[in-house]
Amino acid sequence: MTTDSTLLSARGLSLFFSEIPALVDVDIDLWPGEMLAVVGESGSGKTTLLNVLSGRMMPDAGTVWYRDPSDRLHDVQAMPAPDLRRLHRSEWGFVHQDPRANLRMGVTAGGNVGERLMASGARHYGQIRAAALGWLQQVEIDADRIDDLPRTFSGGMLQRLQIARTLVTNPRLVFMDEPTGGLDVSVQARLLDLIRSLVSRFRIAAVLVTHDIAVARLLAHRIAVMQRGRVVETGLTDQVLDDPQHPYTQLLVSSVLQA
Amino acid sequence: MKGYNFAYLDEQTKRMIRRALLKAVAIPGHQVPFGSREMPLPYGWGTGGIQVTASVLGADDVLKVIDQGADDTTNAVSIRRFFARTAGVRTTTVTGDATLIQTRHRIPEARLREDQIIVYQVPQPEPLYRLEASRAETRRMHALADYGVMHVKLYEDIARLGQVAISYDYPVMVNGRYLTAPSPIPAFDNPKLHMMPALQLFGAGREKRIYAIPPYTQVRSLDFEDHPFRAGRAPHACTLCGADDSYLDEVVVDNRGGRIFVCSDTDYCARRRADGHVGAQGLPKAAE
Repeated sequence: MTTDSTLLSARGLSLFFSEIPALVDVDIDLWPGEMLAVVGESGSGKTTLLNVLSGRMMPDAGTVWYRDPSDRLHDVQAMPAPDLRRLHRSEWGFVHQDPRANLRMGVTAGGNVGERLMASGARHYGQIRAAALGWLQQVEIDADRIDDLPRTFSGGMLQRLQIARTLVTNPRLVFMDEPTGGLDVSVQARLLDLIRSLVSRFRIAAVLVTHDIAVARLLAHRIAVMQRGRVVETGLTDQVLDDPQHPYTQLLVSSVLQA
Repeated sequence: MKGYNFAYLDEQTKRMIRRALLKAVAIPGHQVPFGSREMPLPYGWGTGGIQVTASVLGADDVLKVIDQGADDTTNAVSIRRFFARTAGVRTTTVTGDATLIQTRHRIPEARLREDQIIVYQVPQPEPLYRLEASRAETRRMHALADYGVMHVKLYEDIARLGQVAISYDYPVMVNGRYLTAPSPIPAFDNPKLHMMPALQLFGAGREKRIYAIPPYTQVRSLDFEDHPFRAGRAPHACTLCGADDSYLDEVVVDNRGGRIFVCSDTDYCARRRADGHVGAQGLPKAAE
């Protein structure tokens, strides 16, 4: 692959919250079908980076370019609001740490999964329901839960439901903000397994924000390490984690508890 | 009437409302904010409709006011009398004779004409309000035509109940662009909104919004391809006039569970009876 075919690329992103640097001159490249993990401690600017990349927040400086399926480049920050919203409900997806922030808790599982289809114009009840059913099975939720409300679901199921809801429109690019945060270890492992298989089966590119090095190692092809708003080290996941060059990365890797 | 301007409202207020109406007609189905005034009747009784009526009423207009289709209910009688006193206009109960019709909850059965205006009293102009609590967000959704969530509501009804369970205020798409609340008319009346020759004006007094559907505008009730919109009515004929095509009210007539179904449009029912139609328990005209 060449640099010409990046799906998403950011150059010189900077953002300050008054005096606090959230992003300092950040460059990011993402190729189709690739998973990039952004790791770092709390307050290092990971989530801010995700918000800027997805056009939900404006940077003080820098640009984010997105290449659409017909090979046209779009400046995400300069994109008109209707276009950006269309992108967010079709070609892009966003998986939140707290599934309750994304799901409609008063709407059945089937309705939650079908919403993005209906928002992008699907008007055939039978087909919407079939698609919802198919995706519930993909994320290992029993088909007979389709008419249950999300509040009767466990935390792990909620997160899987959120993933089904996000992937139903076959997005090319998914932003994930700590998708396994707040789940117990066995549920986390199952979810990571699921994300890994779905992402590779549907060739979805993803930017994954996590503070958990193990999650990054399991899922990501490449990794970017952030500290105080700067990307201090970037490279192939195994390379960076096995042979960290930057002192901060060394500290991060050595702080992981060995079970 | 002494001490009041023609049709109660002062001229500056009427101009403000007419400006909002012009904008509303120019953007069919779009909710236009306006400076709703305190009116001499409570919110929910038609403060929005009455302000719109006052603003478009002329001295030679003939006014008809209906509430649930009836000309003789409290709300209809009071508003009709209000304009008879404050504007001195002629009033009527005959749909065909009226140039201006203010309505709550119904569209008359008789087809309206190009030279008529119908004013709806609207309690809640925002069709998305049960689905999205934030008005800032619903405004953004209207701006971006982001109406997926409304279909989610229809999907939920079909998944749980086998059919769309909205019997009144059934949401419509106006001119293929704006999702609009048709006010609490029964879904039975929705097809009448489509390509109506008369100008349709909607006023919501408490919510301070005006919107409009100009004559001959496309109005589609939301549905799914495999669950098309259906306008429901009670499966009976009117007990008084025998009509089987009108919207019916169910009336309890005794303490033993006795009930009859009668046309909710009183003018339509009366005209049919005058033409000699008699229902199952309809009395001969002379005995009324």
